[in-house]
Amino acid sequence: MKPRWTVLFTLVLVLCCAAASAQETGDPNELRALAQQLAGASLSKMPPILEQLGETGGERVVPLLRALLEGDLYKVKSTDEIVLGVEQGDGYAASDALDGTALGEYPSSDLKKLRVNNSVRVQLRGIIARLTLGSDKVAVRKEAVRNILERPDEEGVTLLRAALLQETDATVADLQRLAIALYDINHTDDPALRLESLQHLEGSVEPDARNTLLRLVEQDGDGNYLEPNPVIRARATALLQNIESKVEFYELLETIFFGLSLGSVLLLVATGLAITFGVMGVINMAHGELIMLGAYTTYVVQQLMPGNIALSILVAIPAAFVVSGLVGIVIERGVIRFLHGRPLETLLATFGISLVLQQAVRTIFSPLNRQVATPDWMFGSLEFNAVFSITYNRLYVLLFALLVFFLLQLILKKTPLGLQVRAVSQNRDMARSVGIRTEWVDAMTFGLGSGVAGLAGVALSQLTNVGPNLGQAYIIDSFMVVVFGGVGNLWGTLVGGFTLGITNKFLEPVTGAVLANILVLVFIILFIQKRPRGLFPQKGRAAE
Amino acid sequence: MNFKKLVSKAALAAGAAVLSTSLYAADTIKVGVLHSLSGTMAISETTLKDTVLMMVEEQNKKGGVMGKKLEAVVVDPASNWPLFAEKTRELLTKEEVDVIFGCWTSVSRKSVLPVIEELNGLLFYPVQYEGEESSKNVFYTGAAPNQQAIPAVDYLMNDIGATRWVLAGTDYVYPRTTNKILEAYLKAKGVAASDIMISYTPFGHSDWQSIVADIKKFGSAGKKTAVVSTINGDANVPFYKELGNQGISAEDIPVVAFSVGEEELSGIDTKPLVGHLAAWNYFQSVESDENEAFIKQWKSFIGDDKRVTNDPMEATYIGFNMWVKAVEKAGTTDVDAVEQAMIGMTTPNLTGGVATMGKNHHLSKPVLIGEIQEDGQFLVVWETDGLVPGDAWSDFLPGSKDIIADWTAPIKCGNYNTVTKACSGQNY
Amino acid sequence: MNHSLYGQFSALHQLRERAPLFLAVLFGVTIYAATCNLLLAEDSVFHVSTYTVTLLGKYLCFALLAMAVDVVWGYCGILSLGHGAFFALGGYAMGMYLMRQIGDRGVYGNPLLPDFMVFLNWQELPWYWHGFDQFWFAMLMVLLVPGVLAFVFGFLAFRSRVAGVYLSIMTQALTYALMLAFFRNEMGFGGNNGLTDFKDILGFDLQADGTRVVLFVITAVVLGLAYCTSQLILSSRFGRVIVGVRDAEARARFVGYRTEMYKVWLFVYSALLAAMAGALYVPQVGIINPGEFSPLNSIEIVVWVAVGGRGTLYGAVIGALLVNYAKTRFTAVLPEVWLFALGALFVCVTVFLPRGLVGLAQRWRPRPAATPEEAA
Repeated sequence: MKPRWTVLFTLVLVLCCAAASAQETGDPNELRALAQQLAGASLSKMPPILEQLGETGGERVVPLLRALLEGDLYKVKSTDEIVLGVEQGDGYAASDALDGTALGEYPSSDLKKLRVNNSVRVQLRGIIARLTLGSDKVAVRKEAVRNILERPDEEGVTLLRAALLQETDATVADLQRLAIALYDINHTDDPALRLESLQHLEGSVEPDARNTLLRLVEQDGDGNYLEPNPVIRARATALLQNIESKVEFYELLETIFFGLSLGSVLLLVATGLAITFGVMGVINMAHGELIMLGAYTTYVVQQLMPGNIALSILVAIPAAFVVSGLVGIVIERGVIRFLHGRPLETLLATFGISLVLQQAVRTIFSPLNRQVATPDWMFGSLEFNAVFSITYNRLYVLLFALLVFFLLQLILKKTPLGLQVRAVSQNRDMARSVGIRTEWVDAMTFGLGSGVAGLAGVALSQLTNVGPNLGQAYIIDSFMVVVFGGVGNLWGTLVGGFTLGITNKFLEPVTGAVLANILVLVFIILFIQKRPRGLFPQKGRAAE
Repeated sequence: MNFKKLVSKAALAAGAAVLSTSLYAADTIKVGVLHSLSGTMAISETTLKDTVLMMVEEQNKKGGVMGKKLEAVVVDPASNWPLFAEKTRELLTKEEVDVIFGCWTSVSRKSVLPVIEELNGLLFYPVQYEGEESSKNVFYTGAAPNQQAIPAVDYLMNDIGATRWVLAGTDYVYPRTTNKILEAYLKAKGVAASDIMISYTPFGHSDWQSIVADIKKFGSAGKKTAVVSTINGDANVPFYKELGNQGISAEDIPVVAFSVGEEELSGIDTKPLVGHLAAWNYFQSVESDENEAFIKQWKSFIGDDKRVTNDPMEATYIGFNMWVKAVEKAGTTDVDAVEQAMIGMTTPNLTGGVATMGKNHHLSKPVLIGEIQEDGQFLVVWETDGLVPGDAWSDFLPGSKDIIADWTAPIKCGNYNTVTKACSGQNY
Repeated sequence: MNHSLYGQFSALHQLRERAPLFLAVLFGVTIYAATCNLLLAEDSVFHVSTYTVTLLGKYLCFALLAMAVDVVWGYCGILSLGHGAFFALGGYAMGMYLMRQIGDRGVYGNPLLPDFMVFLNWQELPWYWHGFDQFWFAMLMVLLVPGVLAFVFGFLAFRSRVAGVYLSIMTQALTYALMLAFFRNEMGFGGNNGLTDFKDILGFDLQADGTRVVLFVITAVVLGLAYCTSQLILSSRFGRVIVGVRDAEARARFVGYRTEMYKVWLFVYSALLAAMAGALYVPQVGIINPGEFSPLNSIEIVVWVAVGGRGTLYGAVIGALLVNYAKTRFTAVLPEVWLFALGALFVCVTVFLPRGLVGLAQRWRPRPAATPEEAA
């Protein structure tokens, strides 16, 4: 054991010297040599090297550290040289990790990724935070401060104090003050300083602030307070009350958003069904599979345009509409039209079609789930504060659902097709006798409804699995929404979808996810007994 | 008329099948493959069917077993649990197979169990499961809870320093049992009840907003929090997506999963998952000669360079090789002889060690913890020092802590109560 | 007076005309299979293996279930996509009895609690499990629970005149909700694994060939009885009103019939048939779990009926047997093709054979007497 320690010690010593000289001279070659050591280092050897890199390189090494953090750092197998790689075609476009000069392309077999684990990632984030406290981008500075706030240490807080003096952005400065205050409350004994620090916590919903306050008013098993100072305790209690009510308010907002989001998914999957059911009186059991086709279309589009994920989603929207719509028209022309006026048989035949579509997808794409990438602009969340944020993908799906809904309303209300569709749905025979080609309208309506199902598929591909069973998971839900909302009325579907979504989300914390689901189903069953035609029943003769 | 004809035909066909198999039985050894090729479980089970076929082909290239060729008999129980029992009966009585490789879900195994015990067949079950079972006719080559769940919790507790726990699972027997065991284990380690949150969701749950928000809230209490996930199959993708989107990173709240392997990851955009953990007995990324050969063989058999290998495949691999060795040792495919020959049998596993079949029909296995990487592979961050023998009956459940399984004389029982010295509920 | 006399006469007449052939075939096959299994040596060419007997037993349960669906759909136009629920409830009641019969022979040796409760730390038997150790009580529950559910659901639905596709979707929601509920482990029905590992029934070993054959014969007898009863009911005055409701409900109502009550009682009767099928099914296949509640299963039952030909009881039976036989064959020989075949069968039958195979046969060999069946 002993000799190895000596070796390690010497190594560290050499490193320190190297670092020191690098700092003095700012010699990029020294830095490069240091970075080069990462190539051969095992995970346990990485931390000291990274620490050195951070101390000596300053802001220059941030790109390198970021690349390591995000898995973009490679070593060239033949030379052990460390490069930054960006995927390009089958290989990688390499550039110098420190100064960014392009180094040409490498096939992927020539490069080996430098792997890091969680503890190295934590360390990397810490180093990057310290190095970027003075960054000129507000978002970067904010992230850096937050990192120190969450994992406070002496060194980080000292840097923060210095940074606070320079800070120009008010929100970042607030965060900095909060981080420093929290550190002071938890790590100093001076009552005056602590009391003064407490004021920076006022109204902050940061979990760390709340936890600190909770600790201040905590009692041990015998009822004695852990915090001896009654003044501080009293102040903490007051602050805490304010914070708790704020948090509760934001949690309510959050639950409402969750409900709206779930409702938007229900709305999307049910809208297409509402059209075909409402206008043609046809229960399309293959509706779920049309949704699935939309999701698979998204997958195929992504495969066709690799490296352009962001755009592929936008391309997939019309593509999915067309694919599902066409399949829908084929189903209508090929099967449903022969079953006109026999809704129960249609139900069975379309169920058969759903089985065939499912198995077809399984045969073509394999039973495994397919990977649909999420574009960067749909990743992450829109943060209002530490306890309330809205995830982008759900936000976009919500907006998308509403957009689709209003476009459909527009089509049904303002276009000739819409006029004919409404005419047929209200009185088929009369419509035919005034010269409307009901057969054509049927096909178009079914195509429209199916196309909307395809759109739902695009949205779902961003939320859940893309696999052969995707459609089945939503079919019963979409029936429920349509029946609950009332057939033949799109507004009913809208209200129905959101009502069920929000009800579900408010029930879930109380009853658990499974029971919430069951209760909503039972509620719908009972509701339909009370109002057999749903929330917004169709009036007049068409209802019979 | 139609009906009668049909039935008599069926009866004749059955008779003919019995006749014909007894004629051919001398030439081949039949290997039954009982994995769902359609329905919800096809997603996982088709791979194992292919694995068995590959192993059979490989073995036949080596000259078969005891000079006889192996013949695979594939049936499709279609993810339908009663159909599993029916197909088992078909395999054992109509096809007269000598061994069956099959099942994935616990319920399918439970459905097969009475049939396989009644007809004295042999089943190799290759998936990690909740334990609490040991049948004379079944060999369990997947992990028992003590070979997956408990080491994973140990790792999180000792190496990551987790003190607050979320046990999230799909509401079925495996998560329920595993979480019961873990809860008892954590409490025994001094974790307060208020530091454990348990949540169950239905199969295929896709709206994780509330639960992930709860986890986030639970995890923001200032103590290091870890999530132990027994969430099943399809529900994982939306779960991890929601985790990523709500900004929960592996550094803040690591999630260790027992049902997420390479194959599941191949259908996921792995970006938000990087750094989250999984505990298995095998990872494709493990470097060993056997593993390299196995991966190469698999890719060429399946004809797809992108296909991955996973833990249940390794379990199938071990089970198959062990069965071949046991048949050769016993000199017959007779179930009782093979069963006795299996106990104590060793065969190389794919991680560079040697798997041994225990008296309780469970394997000894290494436990590996891996971090998910961007390419859908795992980086091994921790492993047990040696091999962990599988424990059929958990020591942490009050009902089963006195029970052991030992299929050697004189006990010869799958659930022997060491206190009352009784062996209950066996069918023989 | 005249009417009811005629009705009774006609009912008996119809029964006499149609039942013998069906019953003869049914019992011929049953006795053949039973004796060939028990009496002939295993290597005899004519020996019927236990595998075949259990398979036949299962098919007959499905046939009974199909008949239950046919009674409401073929004769009254009520398309239930939730009959799997009644089937499964009957099955669960039987399963609970069989579970209690295990007694202390479970793996944990607990005399009272089933195994799945022991390892999930249940301390005592839930109240709704009491009484199921008595066979008569369990049999009562087999009929009572599905019967009451069918009555309540039917009463509410038919009274509010929920009909057509709405009703179908509601029945589907019912079975789906029950499936989710039974999946929950807190319910105390074994969650996803359901009830399994049964040992014996009324003291007879479930694994013995003799017991299997007896169960098979009982199933055949029940199927035969159900056929006769259904035929009697449907050709009685009650049955005529039912058919009237199917063809023109509003008219029947205007004439003064309380159509909803006719529908409710028919629905309850049908649920009872389904429940009996479930109770017979469980000891023969050895497992009952929430999968039986899945909406997919219920739709499949409807397809059996559609394939065989609805509106004729033997049509439903033939459909159930044929489709299930095809399923057994296909899943063994061409597993990948099974769903394609099943799907295509749905489409073809509904589009080209609205009256199923029986209708096809009738078309080829037209009968002088016009049958009243022309379904909704």
